Amino acid sequence: MNNKILGKSIVAVSALAVIMIVSALLFILLEIYLGGRSVLSWQFLTGNPTEGMTEGGIFPAIVGTVLLVLIMSVACVPIGTITAIYLNEYASKKSFFTKMIRFAVNTLSGVPAIVFGLFGLGFFIQFIGTEMDRMFSADGSLLWGQPNILWASLTMALLTIPVVIVSVEESLKTVPNDLRGGGYALGATKWQVIRKIVIPNSISGILTGSILAIGRGAGEVAPILFTGVAYFLPHLPEKLSDQFMNLGYHIYVMATQSPDVEATKSIQYATAFVLLACTFSLSFIAIIIRYQFRKKIKE
Amino acid sequence: MQKKNGNTNSLDRKFRLSEFLSEYIIKTVAFSSFAIIILIFVFVFKEAAPIFFPKEKKAETSQFLQSETYGEEPGTEQPENSLELYSSYTPSHDVASFKNLTGKNWQPVGEEPKYGVLPLIIGSLKVTVLAILFGAPIAILAAIFSALFAPKGLREIIKPIIELLASFPSVVIGFFALVTLATVLQNIFGYSYRLNAFVGGLAMALAVIPIVYTVTEDALTAIPKYMSEASLALGATKWQTALFVVMPAATPGIFAALLLGFGRAFGETMIVLMATGNAPLSTFNIFEPVRTMSATIGAEMAEVVFGDTHYTVLFFIGASLFVVTFAINAIAEFYVRTKLMKRFRGE
Repeated sequence: MNNKILGKSIVAVSALAVIMIVSALLFILLEIYLGGRSVLSWQFLTGNPTEGMTEGGIFPAIVGTVLLVLIMSVACVPIGTITAIYLNEYASKKSFFTKMIRFAVNTLSGVPAIVFGLFGLGFFIQFIGTEMDRMFSADGSLLWGQPNILWASLTMALLTIPVVIVSVEESLKTVPNDLRGGGYALGATKWQVIRKIVIPNSISGILTGSILAIGRGAGEVAPILFTGVAYFLPHLPEKLSDQFMNLGYHIYVMATQSPDVEATKSIQYATAFVLLACTFSLSFIAIIIRYQFRKKIKE
Repeated sequence: MQKKNGNTNSLDRKFRLSEFLSEYIIKTVAFSSFAIIILIFVFVFKEAAPIFFPKEKKAETSQFLQSETYGEEPGTEQPENSLELYSSYTPSHDVASFKNLTGKNWQPVGEEPKYGVLPLIIGSLKVTVLAILFGAPIAILAAIFSALFAPKGLREIIKPIIELLASFPSVVIGFFALVTLATVLQNIFGYSYRLNAFVGGLAMALAVIPIVYTVTEDALTAIPKYMSEASLALGATKWQTALFVVMPAATPGIFAALLLGFGRAFGETMIVLMATGNAPLSTFNIFEPVRTMSATIGAEMAEVVFGDTHYTVLFFIGASLFVVTFAINAIAEFYVRTKLMKRFRGE
């Protein structure tokens, strides 16, 4: 009898843990939505900040974030996809080279975001940017040797490459070997099999990986802190050498460093809500694609 | 027929440019992940290098000579190992030696800059340990529920919801902690500083929970079915099986989950930057403000002069963060790969 009570209480306690996590999640969502509800509007999304950032919208921050993740995807999706193809299609499991790459990918996914920021500063800005200026700029003025959206996006790409690799590799593994064998039996070469059979069959994995990477890139702030983000810019970024505004950084600066934090409370909440809505819907889409894909596999 | 015969020849290994190129391009791109790790290592340490390798000139000349030549070549000479001599220098010059680095004060700006990283290390450890203490039990219990007790339908709802928590940007968690959690907790506990290690640790737990949950859940579900079925067949109940058969088998996986959570919390920046008050104090009181290593980099890097001592010390802190998380992840991987897998094979 005692055993039964003990068993029930163990199940109850573990269920309670789940309930706690889920309710914390809902509480944060609700709190942020309620805090920002009063200023959330179409004008808020499409307007510029006014009155020294105490009023107006967050349009430049949205545009900056979108540009950041787009440039980032151009870099991280191909590299991540190709690495996953190598690991799953070409690499022999036991070779030293493969182990080395796997180790690197695992390590890369564990490097703290702020270290990527330092690396972006030391490598992209101080090393590559300064060298580019030395070579191309006639009057010695700084163009690339300072923070800008290109360096920030590339820094962010390094952080999101492992996300793409993991997702694409997972879907490559689900492509049945029979399909590959069928391709070879028809006389196709390895590259033809990969291009015509393997990649089209794992397109959902590539899509999921890109979406997850974009969600991650949109939310991270630490890597861009000193590689290109700006508090306020009078105009939108036009060139790769321009700085940009960012939703996450906007929240951080408004909440901690603006002269009158209380006056902009609802703008902060609303910005946090917009950012959260973006990352949430992205990972939601990724989950749905993955779910549909798994269902297709089972059939 | 003749054509067919001609084609059979092409089944022999024949050099094809497209095959050759595609394989090598793919191999090269795959190599880039490794190259990135090496580059991170090289460049973060390069900027931190002046701490490890004081300029050679200095080793040869005597300390008195140093102070004389110093006036002639400003900027090229920096006093490294001479705390006693320090007072004779102009205040704008700092000392970055191991002596100064291990000090108890972090005051990088001011008349006499002090770069003692001890309070920062204490701060990082305080927040990280608190985050694990708050987050890990909940995450592990939740993983036990969804992997072992929950009916299948429920499990497929719980898992994605908790993993949604991982898609919370850390800046949003930090913001939530700063504006809501801090006030609520202060009202409950009545301590004097609104932002402190306790608030930071609790907020950080939200970031730690999804990673500990996912890894633990994976470890628990990866336990071979025959183990739990054997236990059930012997008459054990479901919870006895969970507690005395599945859990012990998955211990290395759970340990790895804790390590990964620790690594995540140790390197996290935005949450601590916003929620811990950022005062570099060397106390172990959890209700006092703290400043962590990562938050220090985040807060100060934007304002330093490239190449000066403060810059170097910040890169040194970054390099330490890199090394610590690197080691933790390597140990975690070792645990999963060797210990856990060995157990599954029944060795």
